[in-house]
Amino acid sequence: MPADPPLLAVRDLCVSFPARGRMVPIVEHVSLDLHAGEIVGLVGESGSGKSVTAMALMGLIDSPGVRVTGSALFRGRELVGMPQRQLRRLRGRDIAMIFQDPMTAFTPVYTIGWQIDEQIRAHEKLSRHAARARTVKLLADMGVPDPAHMAQRYPHQLSGGLRQRAMIAMALSCSPALLIADEPTTALDVTVQAQILELLRRLRGTHGASILLITHDMGVVAQTCARTLVLYSGRMAETGPTEAVFDRPGHPYTAALLDAIPPLYGPRPDRLPAIDGIPPQPADRPAGCAFAPRCGHAHETCLPAPPPPVPIGPGQQAACVLPAEGTPLPPRGPMTECTA
Amino acid sequence: MTLTPLLELRDLRKTYRLPRGRVLRAVDGLSLRVLPGETLGLVGESGCGKSTLGRCMLRLADPSSGQILFEGRDITTLPERRLRALRPRMQMVFQDSSAALNPRRRIGDLLAEPLRVHPAPDGRRRPASVIAARLSELMDLVGLPVQALERYPHEFSGGQRQRINIARALALTPRLVVADEPVSALDVSVQAQIVNLFADLRRELGLTYVFIAHDLAVVRQISSRVAVMYLGAIVELGETDGVLHHPAHPYTTALTAAVPRAVVGHPHAPVLRGDAPSPTAPRTGCRFHARCPQAQARCAQEEPALHTLRPGHAVACHFPLPPGP
Repeated sequence: MPADPPLLAVRDLCVSFPARGRMVPIVEHVSLDLHAGEIVGLVGESGSGKSVTAMALMGLIDSPGVRVTGSALFRGRELVGMPQRQLRRLRGRDIAMIFQDPMTAFTPVYTIGWQIDEQIRAHEKLSRHAARARTVKLLADMGVPDPAHMAQRYPHQLSGGLRQRAMIAMALSCSPALLIADEPTTALDVTVQAQILELLRRLRGTHGASILLITHDMGVVAQTCARTLVLYSGRMAETGPTEAVFDRPGHPYTAALLDAIPPLYGPRPDRLPAIDGIPPQPADRPAGCAFAPRCGHAHETCLPAPPPPVPIGPGQQAACVLPAEGTPLPPRGPMTECTA
Repeated sequence: MTLTPLLELRDLRKTYRLPRGRVLRAVDGLSLRVLPGETLGLVGESGCGKSTLGRCMLRLADPSSGQILFEGRDITTLPERRLRALRPRMQMVFQDSSAALNPRRRIGDLLAEPLRVHPAPDGRRRPASVIAARLSELMDLVGLPVQALERYPHEFSGGQRQRINIARALALTPRLVVADEPVSALDVSVQAQIVNLFADLRRELGLTYVFIAHDLAVVRQISSRVAVMYLGAIVELGETDGVLHHPAHPYTTALTAAVPRAVVGHPHAPVLRGDAPSPTAPRTGCRFHARCPQAQARCAQEEPALHTLRPGHAVACHFPLPPGP
């Protein structure tokens, strides 16, 4: 791991929304480091708070009464509480975001070229002509065929894969240092998803971008991210190098989540090891570990307060009492799913 | 195979006429047999026609040509009134669990409706007591408490709503259930519960499934056979692991290789270029040849027919890949 300060250092980020006269915590004490050139995965199921975390980092939550606390240092500058005017200069230029649904992220009434030109010209003094030249080059870099012609098309005239490439081109138009990608391949077919993941992996080399990749898909994480942070019900369950998290998960949730994925190869289990129940609603989160009601290892020490993250290996932490109590989970082992 | 198929499709076509004279061939001359007791997985990417095919199987969409045989009987042009007598034996589960349930009606009402609409096997209407007993039986079957009958759809999670949809599909003890992406909107941990439920119900009730999904791992878990669709046709069909582990069609190979596996350090597969062509574009030859890494001159001219490669494994390719080690 590089020794220089991380590009993005998040500490104890909490986001709460007011509901029925009280503040409901949606995201609690999320901490993460993202170094230059790194791809870090933020995984969790729906409602785990992964998108809210990203939106809070971007300063994009503007619901009345929302409270964001903690710290998020981007190149040493505090993002939490930064005035909107300063954030606006940062967003798009230094930090860019891509979304799951490129159809709603683009306006339907302008060509994609127009929209990318606009973003470039919002941040840099460039002639229309020069902006378009850069747009076409970016589209070409993203593997869009016939980019000059594609730039003149409207979003609805492009396939889902091409729209996502165009959105990545727009996000990269001002060479941001940090790219936040929120479920960028979820709406795509697997063969197109593979193309986009390959593109994201390549971006580090070609555009020097660090990526915070938000996804619910453990497969996408395994194929793309050097490090992974697993969220459960708004809290960090586990974080560490992806390989360690997959091979030696320290949190029973991580292990159960990996076990619940049906294997494409190897023996076919009679029944899938499903996790009983559903995650708690944010307003009804238990006082203790949020996963305890569904956890096969739950016992009395899990119940009074959320277990703090404890180190369990090089760069790996799990918010679980088991390692400290001397009864860590057995390793899943590398390649529990063997090839055909 | 001497077994009478529960469902048979013969050269089925479903075309939609679009503005400016374009024609969308959603299902393009497809033949398929579904045997009693099996689970046939139907996989393919969006726009390949798998949902249209599922709807045609149950006559929820009327095919443009071809034949549908259910329990050996031609139902292709059966009028709706007579089709209704068959409906109890063929049911569907949809992807969007909340869109499939009327938000203003209680679960008990929603589940009772098929039991009220359709007469009992003896031709009489079911008395309220029989319906009530059946409702609690159904709740038990899908693992929900009977109290759920009094509640409204929005009070349930996605997984629970899908259990309710399954209960409704099973209310009339169907033989065939067509499930269209029934778990793709669910989180992994809940998805596993519903996949297990499908498997349990098949064992308990002797159901036959057509399981439509884009997720190959889910399809592998549940299916005895798999059909791979591309642009309205089946390009490969056979026993599940035979097709997924030793694909003979280059498209199946690309599809299985593209699945991001939850295994770190797994080599990245060569990526299939481009998107699937539009189903409205005119085509000649093999429907996959434009994206196929192995395409040869013949593939652009002559359409390969689905033919048996080895027992229980059929492929529509001029140059099928040899079975792996």
